[in-house]
Amino acid sequence: MSQTDKNKPGEVETTGHSWDGIEEYNNPLPRWWLYSFYACILYAIVYTIAYPAWPLLKEATPGVLGFSTRANVAAEIEKFDSMNAPVESKLVAADLTAIAADPELSNYTNNAGSAVFQTWCAQCHGSGASGFASLGYPNLLDDDWLWGGTIEDIHLTISHGIRNEEDADARYSEMPAFGRDEILSDEEIGQTVQYVMKLSGQDHDMAAATAGETLFLDNCSSCHMEDGTGDIYQGAPNLTDAVWLYGGDAETLTETIAQSRYGVMPSWKGRLSEADIRAVAAYVHQLGGGE
Amino acid sequence: MSSTEQPTEQLYAAREPIFPKRVSGKFRSLKWGLMIFTLGIYYLTPWIRWDRGPAMPDQAVLVDLANRRFFMFWIEIWPHEFYFVAGLLIMAGLGLFLFTSALGRVWCGYACPQTVWTDLFILVERWIEGDRNKRIRLWKQDWSVKKVRLRLTKYIVWALIALATGGAWVFYFTDAPTLLVDLFTLNAHPISYTTIFVMAAVTMLFGGFAREQICIYMCPWPRIQAAMMDEDTLTVAYRDWRGEPRGKHRKKEGADQLGDCIDCNACVNVCPMGIDIRDGQQLACITCALCIDACDDIMAKVGKPRGLIDYMALTDEPRERAGETPKSIWKHIFRLRTIMYTTLWSLVGIGLVVALFMRSDIDLTVRPERNPVYVVLSDGSIRNTYEIRLRNKHGDDRPFRISVVGDPTLRLEVEGSPYPTVTVPADSMKIQRVYVIAPRGSDPAQLERTQMRIWVEDNSNGDRAFEDTVFNGKAQ
Repeated sequence: MSQTDKNKPGEVETTGHSWDGIEEYNNPLPRWWLYSFYACILYAIVYTIAYPAWPLLKEATPGVLGFSTRANVAAEIEKFDSMNAPVESKLVAADLTAIAADPELSNYTNNAGSAVFQTWCAQCHGSGASGFASLGYPNLLDDDWLWGGTIEDIHLTISHGIRNEEDADARYSEMPAFGRDEILSDEEIGQTVQYVMKLSGQDHDMAAATAGETLFLDNCSSCHMEDGTGDIYQGAPNLTDAVWLYGGDAETLTETIAQSRYGVMPSWKGRLSEADIRAVAAYVHQLGGGE
Repeated sequence: MSSTEQPTEQLYAAREPIFPKRVSGKFRSLKWGLMIFTLGIYYLTPWIRWDRGPAMPDQAVLVDLANRRFFMFWIEIWPHEFYFVAGLLIMAGLGLFLFTSALGRVWCGYACPQTVWTDLFILVERWIEGDRNKRIRLWKQDWSVKKVRLRLTKYIVWALIALATGGAWVFYFTDAPTLLVDLFTLNAHPISYTTIFVMAAVTMLFGGFAREQICIYMCPWPRIQAAMMDEDTLTVAYRDWRGEPRGKHRKKEGADQLGDCIDCNACVNVCPMGIDIRDGQQLACITCALCIDACDDIMAKVGKPRGLIDYMALTDEPRERAGETPKSIWKHIFRLRTIMYTTLWSLVGIGLVVALFMRSDIDLTVRPERNPVYVVLSDGSIRNTYEIRLRNKHGDDRPFRISVVGDPTLRLEVEGSPYPTVTVPADSMKIQRVYVIAPRGSDPAQLERTQMRIWVEDNSNGDRAFEDTVFNGKAQ
């Protein structure tokens, strides 16, 4: 295949390759191309010395400039943290109820609070904060709050959680499991359910509800109040409104009364900074349900 | 192996330097006028002031990239109105078609920045180094103190023009007087200096050194224009039936056989593109018409009628050869094609002007919240959430009242406020969350979807705008 032809004078030398009679000129490379090529080689050598380049067993050669994308990210985060520091200290010092009226603070809490919410809260309460009714994660958008919907209440709940045994300041509401602990019989539970459905304006069995009223006053009214409107200081839900955490139908109510409910929310004090807790409290407060 | 052997044919053609000679005449005067006019527009526009009130910039033409606003006299364009810019570009394109089909490469020859700045750079070159012959001599000379001095002077003046060109560019993007002070006190943003330097370098390279090569090798327009021209297009051409056979020696025998062209090369010497128009229409010709001036001058001197080189159309050639009078200029210019381009151009223009006057100075978009679609409140009513974007294009704060029109049971509330009023600061956009609530048992609460309209009204002057959207109920 490969052979070198003797050129006639003035003829261009070929590489000696010939395929189907097609030969290739052996012209020198254009100078600009060649020098660019050398420049690239030189650049590559300098680059591999200056920057992380050659892969070794555990990590790549670090390069003499100490360049690291990880360190860059850390530096950038630190830069933004320091940029946010003044507004964060202002937020921590501010009165909770004054946040909404302060454009600088509310702008910060809406953005930072949203980020905190999506990172730490959305797993249970949903990315839109509408909760999961069937699992007992409360909807934070409505105007019904177990423990109060003022910004102070929300801040307290986020700080210490609910029924969180690791936090001494966490608030508890303990509803007895009337069926499991055999406080009420199945029939009595059924009557109570009918009364609760009457309280909330749903279709109900009149006779059973009348019997259930006495049972309700004896067993439930200490927390849910005699009129069933609940008590936010005990975390006892209002049974007369249209919002139900687990569901307001007879089957779910029977389950709730018989087995009780025991939803838990972790405390965030210590895990989140005070500024983050305040930001997310203000964010949740302005989602539509805040009082 | 004999690497010393070179290919017989050189593939690289070095640039032939061009030394355009000074010329005077009506086209040259027109071009001087246009140069002063176009450069005047470019350098002076940023300095025109325009009062828009205290909160707004007072520069007549300002591209405010940082705040995403474009100001042009009384017009203010926001990013969502970018279609105005698109419309202007379409008009510019159609305008190029129109002018090219009527007058050939008139843009290239008279108004293109490449031509205008090259003209300016050649003018400077001539002031410093002398006219064509002196420049050729200087070019052939070995380096001497005089040559270095002349070249240096020329480059310095060029560099100053280039810097002024790059400098004027940045004034379009921020307040010009402030920036000028900042530039000289070294307080301006580094990006200003970088931009000025890059623009200056490009101006220097294009106007001083690359010149006609930009038109011949880089610019796509010469290739496109071939499709825009036809046989009725007026363009710069040589009347070869009158000029040929050309000849210098008029006293010799047989001179009466010669045409009008005395082969003086005046047309070639003045050409900034370094071509010979007598070779016929060619890609490199930018139709600057300087050869017409040069030839008319010679024809006057030798006592022949002007117009051996002239603006003419292809269809004139057979008529002129046959001794008939050619079509009038106006018949060349006003023909179906140019009238159609003019009509299209005007239609786009009228459309833009109408759009400009019809656009409302309140702008409103409504985004229904979909996560969740609705919320049940404790009294059983259904609440939908909407994110309203309100753009206030006025120079002062405006209070807007937001209301809902549709099913009479619907009620609107504004987040964080007991009143349905939102104040949007001057020349800015505000996002406001509003709630629409349907009471328990009402139609909108029970239907899956209910059409409704959100109105926004300026309390101070009654200007209003609306957007239609949908209320999502609790489908039973």
